[in-house]
Amino acid sequence: METKNVMIVGVGGQGSILASKLLGTLLTGEGYDVKVSEVHGMSQRGGSVVTYVRFGDKVYSPVVSEGEADFIVSFEKLEAARHSVCLRKGGKIIVNTQEIDPMPVITGAASYPSDILKELKAKGVYIDEIDALSLAEQAGSAKSVNIVLMGRLAKYFHIEKDKWIAAIEKCVKPQFVEMNKRAFELGYNA
Amino acid sequence: MKKLMLGNEAIARGLYEAGVRVVSSYPGTPSTEITEFAAKYDKIYCEWAPNEKVAAEVAFGASLRGVRSACAMKHVGLNVAADPLFTLSYTGVNGGMVIFVADDPAMHSSQNEQDSRHYAIAAKVPMLEPSDAAEAKEFVREAYRISEEYDTPVIVRSCTRMAHSQCMVELCDREEHEPGAYEKKPQKYIMAPANAQKRHPFVEQRMNELKELAEVSALNRIEGSGSDMGIICSGTCYQYVKEVFGDSVPVLKLGIVNPLPENLIREFAGRVGKLYVIEELDGIVENHVRTLSIECVGKELFPPVGEFNQAVIRAAFGIPEPQSITPDTPVPVRPPVMCAGCPHRGMFYVLAKNKITVLGDIGCYTLGSAAPLNAIDSVLCMGASVSGLHGFNKAGGAENEHNSVCVIGDSTFIHSGVTGLIDIAYNNSNSTVIILDNSITGMTGHQQNPTTGYNIKGDPATAVNLEALCHAIGIRRVRVVDPYNLAECESAVKEELAADEASVIISRRPCVLLKNVKAKPPVKVNTDKCVGCKMCMRLGCPAISIKGSKAHIDFTQCVGCDVCTQLCRFDAIEKGER
Repeated sequence: METKNVMIVGVGGQGSILASKLLGTLLTGEGYDVKVSEVHGMSQRGGSVVTYVRFGDKVYSPVVSEGEADFIVSFEKLEAARHSVCLRKGGKIIVNTQEIDPMPVITGAASYPSDILKELKAKGVYIDEIDALSLAEQAGSAKSVNIVLMGRLAKYFHIEKDKWIAAIEKCVKPQFVEMNKRAFELGYNA
Repeated sequence: MKKLMLGNEAIARGLYEAGVRVVSSYPGTPSTEITEFAAKYDKIYCEWAPNEKVAAEVAFGASLRGVRSACAMKHVGLNVAADPLFTLSYTGVNGGMVIFVADDPAMHSSQNEQDSRHYAIAAKVPMLEPSDAAEAKEFVREAYRISEEYDTPVIVRSCTRMAHSQCMVELCDREEHEPGAYEKKPQKYIMAPANAQKRHPFVEQRMNELKELAEVSALNRIEGSGSDMGIICSGTCYQYVKEVFGDSVPVLKLGIVNPLPENLIREFAGRVGKLYVIEELDGIVENHVRTLSIECVGKELFPPVGEFNQAVIRAAFGIPEPQSITPDTPVPVRPPVMCAGCPHRGMFYVLAKNKITVLGDIGCYTLGSAAPLNAIDSVLCMGASVSGLHGFNKAGGAENEHNSVCVIGDSTFIHSGVTGLIDIAYNNSNSTVIILDNSITGMTGHQQNPTTGYNIKGDPATAVNLEALCHAIGIRRVRVVDPYNLAECESAVKEELAADEASVIISRRPCVLLKNVKAKPPVKVNTDKCVGCKMCMRLGCPAISIKGSKAHIDFTQCVGCDVCTQLCRFDAIEKGER
């Protein structure tokens, strides 16, 4: 199979590392060669963060570059737009509709381009918008936004739901499994 | 058994399997997790050292005693450890010793993008460079074999995309290496001139032998054959090259990047047409190839700055990029910021408000330099704020002394700020040092340090008492403030700047991200009272924004630190409820 590329993007501290761990666990379980590339350190402090997940028969590069991503899962609206340049033709963006102002917007040096997803849609980009924050709160914690979004991504993958659930059980602490399962279902069914 | 592992986790696994018993490191992105993962193995003694020089010397001592040892650091950490490194090259080892150094091309979390390969060349020690996590684990085993067989410390170099990328790694069992009885060998280990003069020729001879090893080692290999072009590469660049060219172009993959296999390079160059050398950062291999009178293409095509990926390779060879779409509306940048509730913010607000010159240092608090606080004037390297302030004040005299401070974190102060403070006391400068004590090493992801009272395993440990340390150095004016209390911070800063002797202000409150720090309920804006004056916006708190014409506080980020409530003149920010 040709290598597939998923990007998980968001704001440092939103929990993208757990999402990539879940994907990594799921995809290795399916027998794929997998590479995951994360960013640690300074950018995690509220900066723009990107995690790459690549899988296929044989994966070389750990990163995804322009025009290569099959899926961009974004934890935040602006970050979806920032990384849309990496989407391949026919690729899909799944985006949490939450807006988190970056510092230049907070200081008034820039404004938040709230209509930016409309603009991308007008250019023919497939965008699946989801209010993952509300669903995460419904599941029991605002922190489960990551798993809500993974639930949404699962709809586009040809991997049985049970296997995703099993991967969640492997990746999260036992006391949070039930909450995260609820988050996954809410994202999947939204 | 195979497991998906981070590069740094695979290196730690390699340490375990190689029978390593002692690991001493100082945290530094992207190297930190090597030691964190190694600490999970009970058979490896692991510690956080105060700095990289100490770490390398601890590893030396363990090697001297006959056990396999390691230290890990980021590229700039090797500058600090360079002193022991250069003479370790002369002493060689008893038990195998490996230094792991992680470069940070593109400076994801660093102050420069120096290329560590220069150190291996300058110190005349071998350097290995794996290209992914699976290789990293195998290279660790080989590094220890080379270290012991050739009596040399070995450097294993990685980079951000190796250290922080995961791939499938095959796990093996641990091979124990029992230390023999300790034997005194003065000629080998006492590097006084008479002995060192005899060891230097050994070092030169060893490099010659290592060159022979590089020619035949399985770590250096030619892949593919017969083409009008060929590529020499190593590390993650190999992965990018394979991503673009697959098996269509012959590649000389270097696993040993110092010394270089000159005959293998000649052989490869003879087999292919145009020869390309693709390496991140400096053109080290390329220059060496040219000294062999072999023509090659390198830095004229591939940039000496930043990080590579498949797009960089494609662009250099004129291979068209896949189609992509970008929005026409500009997307505002999202730089990293101090977290909501960060204890550093209150102190920076006070310093900015009073227009004080601030020499900064390396850590989360470097972010105090960003808008809107713009509270920092300089950031150089670990510890430089303290010694820099001393020099600044000696040069500027009283005019500066009463209006300039330095800020340095607890871990960075122990790393190399304390020596600067000794200079301040000893050479009598009227400098005001602010230690931002958040009780953890923050930026690298919460490592314990000598001031926190815990060791790497989380067990209780002796804690340096910063107040007593400053007093012992000779600083008489030492005071502690709570950075969540703006009035207290402001009066302390003003009083200590006014004083006619050196002072230390310890701004103490634990990092808000620590698990044992309980967040208070988020505060909220009473929109009837808020007049939209934007006073609270001066803090640069990511939880505060303006919605419409009123302040708005994001409840998902706010931890109820109450610093903004102290700024609001209209009592519009109110305590919230869970």
